[in-house]
Amino acid sequence: MKYALLAYNPSAADQRDSIPPEIGEALARPNVTSWMRLQPAESATTLSRREGTTLLTDGPFVDSKEYLAGLIVVEAANLDEALDFAAELEGLARSGSTIEVRPILEDG
Amino acid sequence: MASGPLEEVFREEWGRVLATLVGYLGDIELAEEAAQEAFAAAAERWPRDGQPANPVGWLITTARNRAIDRIRRDRAFAERAEQLARELAERPEEAMDETTLFPDERLELIFTCCHPALGLDAQVALTLRALGGLSTEEIARAFLVPFETMSKRLSRAKHKVRDAVIPFAVPSDERLPDRLDAVLAVVYLIFNQGWGDGRVDLAGESIRLGRALAQLMPDEPEPQALLALMLLNDSRRAARFVNGELVLLDEQDRSLWNQAQIDEGREWLEQAIARDGNGPYVIQAAIADLHLEDPRDWGEIAVLYGTLAELTRSPVVEMNRAVALAEIEGPEAALELIDQLPLDDYRYFHSTRADFLRRLGRNEEARAAYGRALALTQAEPERRFLEARLLELRPRSDADWDEFWTSTLDDLEDRPS
Repeated sequence: MKYALLAYNPSAADQRDSIPPEIGEALARPNVTSWMRLQPAESATTLSRREGTTLLTDGPFVDSKEYLAGLIVVEAANLDEALDFAAELEGLARSGSTIEVRPILEDG
Repeated sequence: MASGPLEEVFREEWGRVLATLVGYLGDIELAEEAAQEAFAAAAERWPRDGQPANPVGWLITTARNRAIDRIRRDRAFAERAEQLARELAERPEEAMDETTLFPDERLELIFTCCHPALGLDAQVALTLRALGGLSTEEIARAFLVPFETMSKRLSRAKHKVRDAVIPFAVPSDERLPDRLDAVLAVVYLIFNQGWGDGRVDLAGESIRLGRALAQLMPDEPEPQALLALMLLNDSRRAARFVNGELVLLDEQDRSLWNQAQIDEGREWLEQAIARDGNGPYVIQAAIADLHLEDPRDWGEIAVLYGTLAELTRSPVVEMNRAVALAEIEGPEAALELIDQLPLDDYRYFHSTRADFLRRLGRNEEARAAYGRALALTQAEPERRFLEARLLELRPRSDADWDEFWTSTLDDLEDRPS
């Protein structure tokens, strides 16, 4: 079973900081399928389809105090395992960070 | 569902049958449909052919076969059917028939239903549906929400259990204390939902769940204490309402108390204490026990509420300590304590405060407080009780009016200008 861990950071945080070594160690484990960090939300461009035309907007889709900062895909036996890993990362992250855990829809 | 022996089997065994099926199928919705079909088949066949020697085994086996048939018919489930067939082939020793003695997996199911990844509303509804076998309509009625709302809540919860793979297991030792707290909170919430207006079905249901938990976790004191607490409080049920009107403990007819329930409650409490239980449910059950004595030992009750307040940091517990304090030191000291508590949205806060004010003769303030309690209360018997108290405090004679005006003028003078 695969889960996506969507990591949100407070807007004030600087996304370009280097990854703390403990988090780097956790991300290197075999249960982590892949992960990525995103450039700050201000670099986003949003497309939306409205009445047959596509609209471009400067900025993220949802404007909020927190923004999507990264995505981690993990392999876990069940939700508890995925939540444990997310809680471990959350414990290492800066305060104010939030992780949303979502099961990944797999074919079949 | 018809009443009679089958109804009894349904009440007693629904949770067990469903738990085994969820463990087997990994899908509450599918398990539920299959279990319903099996119970319907039983309703048709048992009166004709007689009840099988192992009713639970019969129901599980029948339901499992129906579920496999359904999966095979449904192409979307083709892969799952193959997987199930493969699993069954890999574990031939687990092949089932009607004579199989299935292990009781209700504990696994209740930990699934009360998983913290589900909202509290969903945990409560799912527990009542899956373990208690209550219908969506019954649960909706009990929680005063529209059928559609409850139906959506339940299916959303069932889908999350399946799609997010919420485990069907008793949590590991390090996780158990927190997760058990969540389970006990759900059971106690169900009990309290039935307490306010004397709804028999929910109190009975929560005691049934509590008894199952206490029996399935014989080494844990808190489930035993919760069961004791519910039994001791529920023992006064017949005396709490006379002709639909709420009767306070001191005015209750003690001969209406259920002595068998009191005895059972005390036995469970003793067992919990013998296992060194000193958690919040042990203390609450001990308090409930003290409340049954005549006269009540308010000093001891206040001490226990103090311990409980330290443990839980709950303002509601502090409020209850104030009630005990009112009996020892008088309503003035109790009012002083209660007025510091942040419980403005809690109906019992205002009714308790109103009672202290009434006893102090501050009738006008008492009326205002009863009014606040009334505005926050939905249960009809409690509403009628509060309305009766309000009526008692209504100024009637000239002397009452004099008192009314004096206290109102005092009030105005007290106010900073």
